[in-house]
Amino acid sequence: MTEKREIPIHVPVLARVEGEGTLELRVRDGTIEELRLRIFEPPRMFEKLLEGRDYAEVPDMVARICGICPVAYQMSAVHAIESLFGAQPGPWVRDMRRLFYCGEWIQSHSLHIHMLAAPDFLGSASIVEMARGHAAEVRRGLKLQALGNDIIRLLGARSVHPVGARVGGFHRAPARAQADALREKLAAALPEAEALVRWTAALDLPADEQDFTAVSLRHPREYPMNEGRLVSSRGLDIAVSEFESRFVEHQEAHSTALHSLLDGQPYLVGPLARLNLNFDRLPSPVRTLADSLDVKFPSRNMYHSIVARALEIVVAMREAIRILEAYEEPVSAYVGVSPRAGAGYGCTEAPRGILWQRYDIDATGKIAAARIVPPTSQNQARMEADLRSSLQSLGTQQGEAALRRRGERVIRNYDPCISCATHFLDLRVRELKHG
Amino acid sequence: MNNARPRIAVHKFASCDGCQLAFLNLGEDLLALAQAVEIVHFAEAGPVDPDAAVDIAFIEGSISTPEDAERVRRVRANSRYLVTVGACATSGGLQALRNFADAREWLAAIYAKPEYIQSLATSTPISSHVKVDLELWGCPVSGRQLLAATRSLLFAVPPWYEKDKVCLECKRHQNVCVMVAKGAPCLGPVTRAGCGALCPAFRRDCYACYGPAENPNAESLARRFEGLGLMPEAVARRFLFINGAAPAFAEAGLKRRGKPHD
Repeated sequence: MTEKREIPIHVPVLARVEGEGTLELRVRDGTIEELRLRIFEPPRMFEKLLEGRDYAEVPDMVARICGICPVAYQMSAVHAIESLFGAQPGPWVRDMRRLFYCGEWIQSHSLHIHMLAAPDFLGSASIVEMARGHAAEVRRGLKLQALGNDIIRLLGARSVHPVGARVGGFHRAPARAQADALREKLAAALPEAEALVRWTAALDLPADEQDFTAVSLRHPREYPMNEGRLVSSRGLDIAVSEFESRFVEHQEAHSTALHSLLDGQPYLVGPLARLNLNFDRLPSPVRTLADSLDVKFPSRNMYHSIVARALEIVVAMREAIRILEAYEEPVSAYVGVSPRAGAGYGCTEAPRGILWQRYDIDATGKIAAARIVPPTSQNQARMEADLRSSLQSLGTQQGEAALRRRGERVIRNYDPCISCATHFLDLRVRELKHG
Repeated sequence: MNNARPRIAVHKFASCDGCQLAFLNLGEDLLALAQAVEIVHFAEAGPVDPDAAVDIAFIEGSISTPEDAERVRRVRANSRYLVTVGACATSGGLQALRNFADAREWLAAIYAKPEYIQSLATSTPISSHVKVDLELWGCPVSGRQLLAATRSLLFAVPPWYEKDKVCLECKRHQNVCVMVAKGAPCLGPVTRAGCGALCPAFRRDCYACYGPAENPNAESLARRFEGLGLMPEAVARRFLFINGAAPAFAEAGLKRRGKPHD
């Protein structure tokens, strides 16, 4: 018979992750039998809040789901609504939306690299501590983060919950002089972003090859942000509107968070998945830079995510410079739209991976139903699979501090955005031993 | 020397993390702040010590679970000053709108007294649970607000805060009034200044993310919106938004929800 001995271990707080997670392990004779990463989405119930609101209110509402990637929420929403209404905002709006997104990638990736991830590899507990030994690198990171925020501010007035985006385009077009000034700042900082890539590739990153299915958007010509088809490393190639036919969210027992599976299997979204699937879409100078590194892509090592993020900062800087070089003030910053009843679908590449949304709208433009599938819930099953193999190979006898440290480090590779949650990590190891 | 540094903590409740970003977006000022004070708890930035005694506790997010109600009492007990940052902590935030949805059903079925709506709230501001020393409005707050509050409290001077309305900021910036020029239902006349009148500068109507100003005449503005041609439900939605649970806005909004056939 088995004697069940439960040893709950409470680890105070999961540091340098956006939100709360509970990691539960059930260990029997040194083997992890069960592992659950529980992500609590406190009942903010955004999809219900959206019901009955006018379509025009959606961009300002969904921004509030996440303070770190509000642009992503706004962009998936406006694309979903416009696809239903048959709106054609035209090339100026298209370019500006790409520019807007570049700002968010630069801001979010810089923040993650310097404030959340890099301290792990440099033996620091925080960016403040890291600044003592690596002042120049920290200063460079803060500068790049600020540049990303500057781009968002150009089109959105502020970088968190920007107010510039609307269905049909933007509320206001930037003045030519503002665009020129920003382009100069970005061009001057480009070498620093390239140096950041080389710096991340030179970090002491563990070797840890894993088998996973990568999923991202793919565009005929561009590195994907706002548009494309959904593809995977196992041959998936579907339209955004077909998402629900292959990707299914389900609720795990004992967990309040939804897991999303592709054909019943875990999958990876985010910078590493994007880069693996779109390496041939990198602008050629970025491709040359990537090829010069010791870290090679496509990569199956999750620790290479930090290098993928740095490369995407360079992609976004170059794209932003290119768009701003061709900048012209438009006659109008948006097109008018007319509501139409039906369902609209939108999917864009948030910094952390694909963010899919569906809106059912009535003929008067009121939201009847909304569905939002954020990247973190899509990565959850993959994170659990990674944690299980990583913690098993570390050895469950290592004790709670070592397990937590490794667990946090693995989780940070995915840059989960667990907003809407308290920060307490509650690590529970239940040890089951033969008696 | 180091031991004498004031200690601060940043706690998160139900929120989007956007107000904490006001710290993380400070750039080099963040490093300067970390020299001037000791950041003892700020999980997203690294330091973790949720039960430490501190001089200033900054609170992001609203209270939506019994555990959080308990936790915020512990934070209060450990803190000399407690400062709420942002709409969620200060008014309950956008998520407080669900309280009205529940309340409306309840209301329709049993009661007809709007004052009960507050008692049904499931996303509530920090001040419903513990004493708050300073409230920083905004969705999100700015870095400037955080640094100014920190300085004032550490110098033990009464913190300065905006009492004016967004209209005044618009005049200072010489923005064209979007209500006068475009007939847009702008909430600037009842909204606390502090954002820099960003929305009117972007030629759109203010949606009150900085919450109600002092003595807002929300009812009068709501009638003005009706005069602009908005249906009562559309007027209600203007007020029942980011800070919809703030009493002045809730009153003006919910009153119009009660008239479905107007």
